[in-house]
Amino acid sequence: MPDVKDVGALMSVTYDIAARDFVRAGEAANKLKRLLQQLGLDPAVIRRAAIAAYEAEMNIVIHSYGGQIKVDITPESIEIFCEDSGPGIPDIEKALQEGYSTASEEIREMGFGAGMGLPNIQRSADEFRIESTVGRGTSLQVTILHEAGE
Amino acid sequence: MKLAEVLEALSLAADDPEILDMEVEGGYCSDLLSDVMAKAAGGSIWVTNQVHPNVVAVASLIDAAAVIVAGGMKPEEETVKKAKELGIPLFSTDLSAFDVVGRLYQLGLRGILRNG
Repeated sequence: MPDVKDVGALMSVTYDIAARDFVRAGEAANKLKRLLQQLGLDPAVIRRAAIAAYEAEMNIVIHSYGGQIKVDITPESIEIFCEDSGPGIPDIEKALQEGYSTASEEIREMGFGAGMGLPNIQRSADEFRIESTVGRGTSLQVTILHEAGE
Repeated sequence: MKLAEVLEALSLAADDPEILDMEVEGGYCSDLLSDVMAKAAGGSIWVTNQVHPNVVAVASLIDAAAVIVAGGMKPEEETVKKAKELGIPLFSTDLSAFDVVGRLYQLGLRGILRNG
């Protein structure tokens, strides 16, 4: 269960993401979406947050050994922090290219690994930062502003 | 258009009569989950050949009106369970994805994309 803390104007929620759990994959993004709906945020903003959270969640499920997604909701923005332990990304520039994927054939047959995940996150984000250490893991920070719209 | 008309055109029956009145805005057809996440509009009928539970997670995230699994593929047990949990109308048909989309297009339904 996610841990929800309401600290004044800041709401913070953390979701644990298990590697290779394709049955539960997408649940964190769905829980986040419902929370944002309950807060009455703009549907376009919710959709962008849902895209970013879903793609980040799937990346953790597919590529890592497990990780966490922490989301802070402030009056100005939705901040999505993702961190996994895993093999890391050797060439981030390549990983950000549309269509580039290291997913296995089996994963691709399920309709994942189209090389669209990180580009989708980037397009949904007002700010985007990714850091990765080979052999250790990857961290991602996405900011979605309430005001920006699309 | 009501979901009832869509189901009739595909000769599909609903277990839950309450969904028949649901409004359908358009359609989207794709087997790539990221593509659906990025582009499909809310209120869409999503036509796919994918059968695993993540289909329902994506359908819920995009506020799909319903999912039609085409080509005689059968949704996995977990997929059916999850669809009930999340309230996503899920159907399967022997019609190919091409024929499903063709029938719905003939009905007047059009492909729609998410704004932005």
